[in-house]
Amino acid sequence: MKQLPANFIIGAVLVAFVVGVAALSLIWTPHDPTDLNIRAKFGAPSHVNWLGTDQLGRDLVSQLMAAARNSMTVALVAVLLGGSIGVALGLLASAIGGWVEDIVMRLADLGFAFPALLFAIMLAAVFGPSLTNAVLAIAFINIPIFARVARASGNQIWTREYVLAARAAGMNKFTITLDHILPNIAAAVIVQATIEFAVAILAEAALSYLGLGAQPPASSWGRMLSEAQTLMYLAPELAIYPGLCIVTAVLGFGLLGDGLRDMTDPRLARAR
Amino acid sequence: MSYFLLRRTIGFLATLVAVSVVVFAVMNVLPGDPALTILGLDATDDALAALRDDLGLNDPLLARYFGWVAGALVGDFGTSHSFRVPVAELIAERLPMTLSLAVAGMILTLIIALTVGIYAASHHGKPGDWITMFLSQLGIAIPAFWLSILLVLLFAVNLRWLPPGGFAGWSDPVAAMRSLVLPTVALALVQSAVLARVTRSSALEVMRQDFTRTARASGFSQRRILWRHVLPNALVPIVTIVGMQFAALVTGTIVIENVFYLPGLGRLIFQSIANRDLPTVQALVMLFAVIVVTANFVVDLLYVLIDPRLKART
Amino acid sequence: MFEMHEMTVRFSIGDALRDASLRIAPGDRLGIVGESGSGKSMLAACLMGMVPQSATLSGRLTIDGTDMTHAAEDLWQTIRARRAAMIFQEPMSALNPLRRVGDTVAEPMRVHLGLGKAQARARVQALFEEVGIPDPSARLRMFPHELSGGQRQRVLIALALACDPELLIADEPTTALDANVALKITDLLVHLSQSRNMALVFISHDLAAVARATTEIAVMYGGDIVERGPTAAVLGTPAHPYTQGLLAARPDPRAMPREADGSRRRLPTIPGSVPPLQAMAKGCRFTGRCAVERSECASVKPVPTGPRHTTCHALLHEETP
Ligand SMILES: Nc1ncnc2c1ncn2[C@@H]1O[C@H](COP(=O)(O)OP(=O)(O)OP(=O)(O)O)[C@@H](O)[C@H]1O
Ligand SMILES: [Mg+2]
Repeated sequence: MKQLPANFIIGAVLVAFVVGVAALSLIWTPHDPTDLNIRAKFGAPSHVNWLGTDQLGRDLVSQLMAAARNSMTVALVAVLLGGSIGVALGLLASAIGGWVEDIVMRLADLGFAFPALLFAIMLAAVFGPSLTNAVLAIAFINIPIFARVARASGNQIWTREYVLAARAAGMNKFTITLDHILPNIAAAVIVQATIEFAVAILAEAALSYLGLGAQPPASSWGRMLSEAQTLMYLAPELAIYPGLCIVTAVLGFGLLGDGLRDMTDPRLARAR
Repeated sequence: MSYFLLRRTIGFLATLVAVSVVVFAVMNVLPGDPALTILGLDATDDALAALRDDLGLNDPLLARYFGWVAGALVGDFGTSHSFRVPVAELIAERLPMTLSLAVAGMILTLIIALTVGIYAASHHGKPGDWITMFLSQLGIAIPAFWLSILLVLLFAVNLRWLPPGGFAGWSDPVAAMRSLVLPTVALALVQSAVLARVTRSSALEVMRQDFTRTARASGFSQRRILWRHVLPNALVPIVTIVGMQFAALVTGTIVIENVFYLPGLGRLIFQSIANRDLPTVQALVMLFAVIVVTANFVVDLLYVLIDPRLKART
Repeated sequence: MFEMHEMTVRFSIGDALRDASLRIAPGDRLGIVGESGSGKSMLAACLMGMVPQSATLSGRLTIDGTDMTHAAEDLWQTIRARRAAMIFQEPMSALNPLRRVGDTVAEPMRVHLGLGKAQARARVQALFEEVGIPDPSARLRMFPHELSGGQRQRVLIALALACDPELLIADEPTTALDANVALKITDLLVHLSQSRNMALVFISHDLAAVARATTEIAVMYGGDIVERGPTAAVLGTPAHPYTQGLLAARPDPRAMPREADGSRRRLPTIPGSVPPLQAMAKGCRFTGRCAVERSECASVKPVPTGPRHTTCHALLHEETP
């Protein structure tokens, strides 16, 4: 094993930190993140409230931790959902080929016409803003991305000799897809998933900031920022920490994804 | 050449039709009864019936779709339920703000990204390269709205050089420009982080090619080689990303307008969501999607202009 | 007058050029031959000031007496195109694909000679005629991909001639071309050198082409110039064992046996292959492949001796018994 790429190491450390904190918040936070205490509002950092309190006297550290958990959950669900639908479509396209492949790819093109924000806007207009709609919107934009990745790497595997041999031996396409194609495209899919995880965190933050995502009292970095923005003259520090959290998480998953790609596909690494 | 154009144009039109179907379906089929969505559960039956009549909801779905498309083609998007004026009028009022923000953002993005990308490529493997690439990696991870907040904190709250938001119209051009500085910078910085990386790697690829060596053997300065020979050849991948970025930029304006309280289409969309103004949201989403699709179509055409070899092949 | 005295180009992995000495006077036609990796292109790069940055240079390079060994990039920019020009092996990729070839050739004239658009155009047209491009006014407006390989190479020659250089370096100018075209390009280079009294450095694997084109020759192996002298003499009575091997391995179509599929196969007359730079012997680089190898060859670098500056211990021994 050669030396691990630096982006992989840094990414892994950041991701471990963010995921660790998110997991910890499941069992423990310094305070209840939703506990109001108006008398302690805008509290300075102390040994009780490590980063101080917000405009309603809620403990900042606890809120940031709970927000980390929510953010990870949204990204996980959205990428899993969109990713599995996308991969299934992509595998279907590359297994059957012909007009099925054409249709799937044209649909994927169509998906690119709708950034997550536009889709979230439509859902919010119809059903009202909610975290579920945000998740659906982010999942939706992941479908074409994964469909393309799965099809492109799937098509490569279909031309390999052992696959041709399996076909000659009379195995059906469904079995071949499960036995040979899926395991071989897993690396590419995981790399993409890591990168899309970063994108999803960013998207959730933006949607929540705009009020299309997490609704009160759920904690969210994006929503904390939109509240902090109105208090910028009073408590500028409230606008700093959530942003730092977003950057840490996005940077972590982004670097980890790049690092994984460098390790699994040296050709791509050089091209970048 | 003409075959290529024809194919791309048909693909472009087909995508537009598909986009309109998706938008229409989501906004009209998903809610079940749009009138109920708009007026809410406590609306009277009379009011609901009146609104259904107003929006033409009693017609068959297909007829409504074609009616909507036909109207949109001549610039008639129906009437805004909440503002009680034609949606087209609302759009015409606010489009200049959004477009000027997007175009200014795009220009600034290009300036920053090309300069930084070419700089990094020409300093390949040296500290200048590492530093710019580290900063761009960071830039990619920073949400535009947080960067906006930081810029406001620094330049409006602390230094008081620029207004923190709002827009008073073009009657005072200096004030108008000043209120657009921070939004434009916020929009451009994040976008240029991605583009600078693409520019760098594309330029590095070109610098490895033989004709760069020919240019050097012709005694040209490093500067001339980079800008006159390397950059034009590095443009094809750059233009691809720029096409996607213009799309990201236009939707980015939705966010930025809300951060800085700018009266553009992005603000209008959110006001309409809050007002349950479905016709307006539908028109705006369609408009943004059209801009995105068109940007990508234009990029396809640009390739042909940039690269004479494509002209021969198509 | 370009002079090189004991030039060495050192990389971390080894010397790509070692103690190379040369003199190129106006009108000289010097051939450089040697197997792949022998340092031919590196020698050319020295003459153009285009040695990779990772290398360290020692020795001395002068142009009309001015020391250029460690000259800065902007000084070299005044030399390139105006005094020394170079054409490369791959005529397709050596031309900017996005530019009309006329503009490409005009660029150095406009940049270095300050010519206006019309002046440059007239000059390009004249140059195209000189290098044998038919219908120059139409070809001017074409893009590289619209020209044949031979025509592209002619465009590159025109580009090299744009500012009337004293020295033209052609690094394997015909390798990518088919035999018939290659012959014409070779003759064109000779003709240009004679008519313009321009020095020509002709780098090639093809001994026949070098014999045809040049009056002087330098044989290179492993970064060393192992032997140099008048072309006819060196190729007629090779002194260095490497030159002898090279001549024996000469691809004479009639002497080559046919493969089963009818294609011709080269006879590998020099046993073994060129070792990578880091694996080269400290002494004579030819150690290990040489038929007349002696015990000191691997460790002691042979001094250039005799009229041909031959670097070989065995020869040294014969001459001084
Ligand atoms: N940047 C570099 N770093 C390290 N070694 C290098 C570098 N560039 C060239 N070399 C080495 O220098 C030696 C001479 O290379 P050169 O290109 O001059 O050979 P050549 O005779 O022109 O071969 P060819 O006939 O293949 O063109 C080779 O062993 C090569 O590996
Ligand atoms: Mg060479």
